[in-house]
Amino acid sequence: MKDKNKKFPTRTSMVLYFLKGAKGYFMLSILFAFIVALLDMINPKIIQYTVDHFIGETKGNLPAILRNVFPALAEKDYVREHLYLVALAVVIIAAVGAVSRYLSKYYNAKGAETLIKRTRDKLFTHIDHLPFEWHSENRTGDIIQRCTSDVEMVKQFLSVQLTSLVRVVILVVLAIYFMMGINIRITLIAAAFFPVVVAYSFVFHSKIGKAFLKADTEEGKLSAIAQENLTGVRVVRAFGREKYERERFEKQNTNYTRLWTRLMKLLAVFWATGDVITGTQVLTVMVLCTVSAVNGDISVGQFIAFISYNSMLVWPIRMVGRIIAELSKAGVSIDRISYIMNSEEEKDVQDTIDTSMDQDIEFSHVSFSYKNLESDSSVSDDDDTPGVLHDVSFRIKAHSTLGILGSTGSGKSTLMYLLDRLYSLPEENGKITIGGVSIQNIKLETLRKNIGLVLQEPYLFSRTLSENIGIAKDEADMTAIRDAARIAALDESVMEFSKGYDTYVGERGVTLSGGQKQRAAIAQMLVTEPPIMVFDDSLSAVDTETDARIRTALNRMDSESTVILIAHRITTLMHADHIIVLDKGRIVEEGTHDELLEKNGMYKKIYDIQTQGKED
Amino acid sequence: MDENNTTMIEETTKNKSTEKDKDKTTILPFFGFPRLFPYMKKYRGKIIFMIILGGVVSFIDTLYPMFSRYALNNFVAEKDLSKLQIFIITYVALLVIQSIMSFVTIYFCSQVELFMNKDLRSAAFNHLQELSFSYFNQNNVGYIHARVMSDSGKIGALTSWHIMDMVWNGTYLIGMLILMLVINWKLALYVLILVPIAIVIITFFQKKLIGINRKIREINSMITSDFNEGITGAKSIKTLAVEEKMEDDFEKDTMKMKRTAVHSMHYSALFTSLVTMMSSIALSLVLWRGGIITMHGVMEIGTLSVFLTYAINMMEPIQNLIGTLSEIIAVQVNVERLVNLLETESDVSDTPEVIEKYGDTFNPKKENWEDLYGDVKFSDVTFRYPDGDEDVLEHFNLDVPKGTSVAIVGETGAGKSTLVNLICRFFTPTSGQILIDGRDARERSQGWLHNNIGYVLQTPHLFSGTVRENLRYGKPDATDEEIMEAIKMVAAEGVIEKMPDGLNSDVGEGGDMLSTGEKQLLSFARALLSDPRILILDEATASIDTVTEKAIQNAIKVITKDRTSFVIAHRLSTIVDSDVILVVSDGKIIERGNHSELMEKQGHYYDLFTRQYVESV
Repeated sequence: MKDKNKKFPTRTSMVLYFLKGAKGYFMLSILFAFIVALLDMINPKIIQYTVDHFIGETKGNLPAILRNVFPALAEKDYVREHLYLVALAVVIIAAVGAVSRYLSKYYNAKGAETLIKRTRDKLFTHIDHLPFEWHSENRTGDIIQRCTSDVEMVKQFLSVQLTSLVRVVILVVLAIYFMMGINIRITLIAAAFFPVVVAYSFVFHSKIGKAFLKADTEEGKLSAIAQENLTGVRVVRAFGREKYERERFEKQNTNYTRLWTRLMKLLAVFWATGDVITGTQVLTVMVLCTVSAVNGDISVGQFIAFISYNSMLVWPIRMVGRIIAELSKAGVSIDRISYIMNSEEEKDVQDTIDTSMDQDIEFSHVSFSYKNLESDSSVSDDDDTPGVLHDVSFRIKAHSTLGILGSTGSGKSTLMYLLDRLYSLPEENGKITIGGVSIQNIKLETLRKNIGLVLQEPYLFSRTLSENIGIAKDEADMTAIRDAARIAALDESVMEFSKGYDTYVGERGVTLSGGQKQRAAIAQMLVTEPPIMVFDDSLSAVDTETDARIRTALNRMDSESTVILIAHRITTLMHADHIIVLDKGRIVEEGTHDELLEKNGMYKKIYDIQTQGKED
Repeated sequence: MDENNTTMIEETTKNKSTEKDKDKTTILPFFGFPRLFPYMKKYRGKIIFMIILGGVVSFIDTLYPMFSRYALNNFVAEKDLSKLQIFIITYVALLVIQSIMSFVTIYFCSQVELFMNKDLRSAAFNHLQELSFSYFNQNNVGYIHARVMSDSGKIGALTSWHIMDMVWNGTYLIGMLILMLVINWKLALYVLILVPIAIVIITFFQKKLIGINRKIREINSMITSDFNEGITGAKSIKTLAVEEKMEDDFEKDTMKMKRTAVHSMHYSALFTSLVTMMSSIALSLVLWRGGIITMHGVMEIGTLSVFLTYAINMMEPIQNLIGTLSEIIAVQVNVERLVNLLETESDVSDTPEVIEKYGDTFNPKKENWEDLYGDVKFSDVTFRYPDGDEDVLEHFNLDVPKGTSVAIVGETGAGKSTLVNLICRFFTPTSGQILIDGRDARERSQGWLHNNIGYVLQTPHLFSGTVRENLRYGKPDATDEEIMEAIKMVAAEGVIEKMPDGLNSDVGEGGDMLSTGEKQLLSFARALLSDPRILILDEATASIDTVTEKAIQNAIKVITKDRTSFVIAHRLSTIVDSDVILVVSDGKIIERGNHSELMEKQGHYYDLFTRQYVESV
């Protein structure tokens, strides 16, 4: 996948990139659209020819080719006696037209869907490979909107707006050509209206576009009020604020409705005025044709043909202004998508070093603040938001267990994110090594596959429980999955579900409690049997009893893994080989449980708070 | 990453999948209009007016081809232009009148749509404010939200645009048919033959397309939740290094989408091609049969040209009528759901006498509200959840005099919230009584009770707005001094200092500018500000670190002093000082007493407690 790091300096370059593989379809679609338009032009000609035959005028309205091939057609009586031939011609042309119309639409759909599939796939892959910093800086809802509605907008732009613009242009050019053949003067007068209609509708739609945006925002606000009210229903009731909520909703509801009422009034004026303008154009053409026909400049057949060509153009022309006005929206959407595509992905260094992960881990003089990241992460909802580290050094012996204790914001999660390279540590800010090799030089995938990091708020994917637990291991069998679940004290709960391990979880399935999620995440990690296991406060939502059971089971598992335990609860950490106490990004104490108790410092203080009940 | 947005999306997708399950087409009698009459009544005049005007507008449309007929038959054939002026004046007059009527129709129609929409939304929202909790337990937020926001809009369109579309296209079609029959009924019959054929073909495709488009919507929401997963789950995907797996699965979904969408387009392209083909067949029939009679002088050329125009234009209104009809059918399910919501009655409601004295939810008569002292008593209470199949409380008695602190402990999911739900009157006991200050809770209004209760939730919930607005939620007239005092009591000064504009800082939607711990502290301050007689803390301290938690515990001690309090907690250290501790297991209360009594008993509580602490010695 060479194209992964490609940058898109211009809108066109990105659109062309996404269009790869779809261009051919779009061209075929336009080709068939051209045939359709051409065939549409023939019907009025046939009518003209037929009608003129009735009256006996045959002056030069049959193309030379046809006259040469079927000389009989030029004879007045032949056509009069074989009128069904005309009907047949109409049907045949219609049939060819129908096939071309079908093909034009079909290829257009093929092109559009190829385009949108490629766009979505590329976006998804790209987002997956963007650094974690990027994910914490950007709001989920916003990104999803870029990936869904903005992508849809670009698809609409290319497959609907742009193609219909092309189609209208073809139609107008052809129709005007045929109209010119009948009468140049009337054609010019008829066409003089078109720029007026286009300009009128363009100006209107560009103006009203902003009002629509405003209405959308207002609707969003209204929707948010309802959403908040419903999710917070307990708070509303408990504080008895139903009346306030009603007034808040009513006010916004009225605002929103008023905005729309005004907008609809404008639209109604626009439609009605548009009707008057096009109606006037149709009348002008009709009167001019009538006068010309009376004067003998055009035949009756030509009169009918001219009017039907004109009527073919009325609606498409009214549409053009709107399409042009909405083109600008597509530009905005393309920019919103290129923001994602132009963000830089996670990268490995050129020559990665292969090393065994089964060795000592060392943090030496690690300092880190979120200023190291490009922008401030005030939106970040991480547990340890402003985590800052100051000159943190420690060593974890292979196969040993390290405990880290610290309050919210002490930087303990940040330490682990640095180890897993969710955040990359700038070179001047210290070094993290495994077996003496800097983690920057280890292949990212190798690093992460070997560090089993269980998050405090893990995410379950929309799959079955067994698929979730086995996700990180290729072909995990059921025994391994159940063994892992058993150690994580999850097996029992799973068996209570009617579908057991086939229970669908995540967004579209059963919602698990925080504790169940954490246990599932632990099982997920255990399945892969990684040489390094990190529990980032991953027992916080589990009750103490289960917490104890999991730890006992983990201890029994004769694993050779290096374990890092992060917790608020002393009971979780006390058996670790070594414990670090972190406060405001610095190591304030370290040692074993007993050593730390003797020190009578922060660890002891927290211990006392947590066990105070015991002393009563 | 923003938590709240995620849950919103989560809920929308959840809701979509629920909608899918119920997406069977039921047609209500008279398309559900009778059930909507009460809401439409207000706009009856406008609706009737728009139907009449719209009909006229549409009928005028059918008249325009008659102008070219007149021009051909009179001016061109007779070579006489003397009446051209009147011709032009008539045309322009008709055009102007039609445009004005068209404006009025569209304007009225949009007003009916928007006002119906607004009324229904408000009605649903207001009704939800009074519905009992069993409704919220049985339906997820996404589902309810869709009733308020999207059903109302769809019904608004049903009572306006859908009616109007039927009128417009119906009049246009019937108008053309009548004019054709009047002009030359024999020729008209040739065109008429095609109408039933067209109806059959169009209906077939419409049905087919509805099915495929439903599938497309499903796949589309799948893709959206895939994106959501890829973004919300980024941390997990990265730490597990499962990027490729996620991408492969994603490409399977987009492939499915591509195939289905092309399939749908295949039908819709076939559909339009066939319909235009039908128009051409109508045209050829008229040209052939009409041509013959025109040649024989039975019909004038102008008349033939009108027929040709009508023949070509016939298919459009038929197509639109069937399209509108299928939209109306699709809205049926929304009508049913919204009307059902509006007709759902609350399980917990005040009696007319209580409302008479204390006022209802929206019009409280605060002047009649007595002070709440703080005695709570459960007297022989038996309770079963409306959707449950087992009593969770049986003949339960508990006396909680003013100032008593009650703690409820037990494992996750053991049913610790039940008591709180009952005290707050979110649910009503199946039998027995809950007495507040010695009187049955039902003798006073819910508003009165809630006004005196402070509640801190397990998952803190803030509203979008400033910190100040949020803290004032329970006490709208609180001064900044009072607010700051409350903040100090829960040791949340740090949170405020960190924010750019202090109390004026925006907390974001659902408070997502703050961490969970910070939200908890603020919701705690909010509860304090309302100076409640009864305070309820639902696992409120579960995710705050030990040091902060200690600070809060101290604050709790101060503020629960003269208040009746109910605390649900994970960590037993929080509640050792409580007057009464209730131990809940499997939804039932299995032990009660104070800390030392329960320890002596060496039962479940003793087990829990020792497991938590003895290990550390």
